[in-house]
Amino acid sequence: MKIVARPVVVTEVSLPQRRKKSPIKYSHKHIWTRVFLIATSLLFLIPFYWMINTALKTNPELAITPPTVWPQQWAWDNFVRAITTIPFLNYFLNTVVYTVLAALGAVLSNLMVAYGFACIEWRGRNLIFYLVLITIFIPFPIAIIPLFDLFAWLHWINTLLPLVVPTFLGSAFYIFLLRQFLLQIPKELLDAARIDGASEWRILWLVAAPMAKPAIGAVAILAAVGAWNDFMGPLIYLQDDSLHTLSIGLQAFRSTHDIQFNLLMAASILVVIPIVFLFFACQRFFIEGVSLSSIK
Amino acid sequence: MVAGRSIYAGKRERAHLLKGLLFISPWIVGFSFFVLYPTIYSFVISFFRYSGIQPPVWLGWQNYIRLFTDPLVGMSVQNTLFYAALAVPIGLIISILLALAMHREVKEVSLYRTALYLPSIIPVFALSFIFIVLINPQYGLVNSLLGRFGVPQMDYLSDPTGAKVVMVVMAQLGAGNAALIFLAGLNGIPKTLYEAARIDGSSHLGCFLRITLPLLSPAILFNLITGVSGGLQVFQQAYIMTAGGPANGTLFYMYYLYRNAFSYAQLGYACALAVMLFLFGLVLALLLYWFSQRFVNYDAS
Repeated sequence: MKIVARPVVVTEVSLPQRRKKSPIKYSHKHIWTRVFLIATSLLFLIPFYWMINTALKTNPELAITPPTVWPQQWAWDNFVRAITTIPFLNYFLNTVVYTVLAALGAVLSNLMVAYGFACIEWRGRNLIFYLVLITIFIPFPIAIIPLFDLFAWLHWINTLLPLVVPTFLGSAFYIFLLRQFLLQIPKELLDAARIDGASEWRILWLVAAPMAKPAIGAVAILAAVGAWNDFMGPLIYLQDDSLHTLSIGLQAFRSTHDIQFNLLMAASILVVIPIVFLFFACQRFFIEGVSLSSIK
Repeated sequence: MVAGRSIYAGKRERAHLLKGLLFISPWIVGFSFFVLYPTIYSFVISFFRYSGIQPPVWLGWQNYIRLFTDPLVGMSVQNTLFYAALAVPIGLIISILLALAMHREVKEVSLYRTALYLPSIIPVFALSFIFIVLINPQYGLVNSLLGRFGVPQMDYLSDPTGAKVVMVVMAQLGAGNAALIFLAGLNGIPKTLYEAARIDGSSHLGCFLRITLPLLSPAILFNLITGVSGGLQVFQQAYIMTAGGPANGTLFYMYYLYRNAFSYAQLGYACALAVMLFLFGLVLALLLYWFSQRFVNYDAS
């Protein structure tokens, strides 16, 4: 079975530079637009400049007031010191495990559910889908205490289970994103596969999934970033220091040991780098996720 | 809904129903355990005194009466509304402006898009650490820059209002995400509309008010709802940067709820707080929905 058709992307953020126009038009027309964009971009990047600047200062230089705007001497060993003063690698590994499992869970469960809503016709599916949509708007805090009680009863506190297991049980927003995409698969294609005798399960993985790659990528990345950045979940469920993720690990360390600012910034750089790396590697999926989430 | 239902035998239809339910079963389990059960549980427990260890004791409406007379609830509501009322509208305006600017055909737009979007995926906890340093009177850039213009040095986090304003400013670093959603919306507006309006003699501002804004309204609604919902749940920044202080100036509603649940072991009272937030969020969502029915334009044709 070979499928060549590819669903049309809903609303791709079209790159303006694709539209070829004579370069003369650019020269002076948009000066104020440029000034505004450059100014805001710089403003948005200043915190990161200061993070790097502070992270690379030696302790004596850190004490200088007013602070120097660029390290006189690049203290690369701050990174080593940051990693060794904090059980950084431990936190890092915990975070990676959580992130990978969360992305995996989000893709597997939500793709399956979205397929059930988009590609199988059954009575009442639209009604239930409304229910899914409504749950997007239910404020999460109402669930915190009951879930803590439930997970405590299951003896899941101080394990990654309360964070990971829910990701395998569907998430309204990702179901919505994937369903949007799967709805564009031509019905004939699915029916052809059915006539060939393929089960729905096979059709999901061999027909639908390959065609929904952009949306799957977007969901995987959104879920991964969500897990990497999660603070409240680990704060509530991971009280044991050896299980800390980076988010609460750094916070706990800062408040108990009064960590030096250059080391705190060095550690922050190490937290931020994987996200930045992921962004540049999968920029397409990030953009896809944003454009998919703009409800039409 | 189902085309040609008559050819489906009852058996066939039941098979489809079963298949459908089977595929959405992860959601059914998730919904039952993470939405249905917690919502009911929170409502019930909010009428009890419950520490999580001893069995719950019936209190009637007492938690709710306490909630309306608790000065810290009043304080945390004020703080949260202050934060949301500033952070959300400012964020909307900034992101619309950024989207409009990126929509202009500037050649190197992908550079700006990257620079503006990237901060929005940086974890809030990391941003909080960075801002602690950035605005620190001794180690920070902000004070040393302002000092050159004669502004006296100040520890913004030691002032109740200053600390909230810092968090409002920090929240703006997330504007890139909303801006891209607006940009997608702008790209969906047909160029011919503007050309037609131009021929009719509309000004730039007229075009913006009569074409851009109405056609962008679904995206505005989406960003407004997610913004408000996030704004009402603000927590992390305060936990990391100020621990709720100074003088409870950054004790946000979510933070007070968290403390009641996990520091004071007053789970019943915390549930009452959660129920109130839930009801408030629900009413707000319904209001926005009602509002959207009247003003939001879903027809781009």
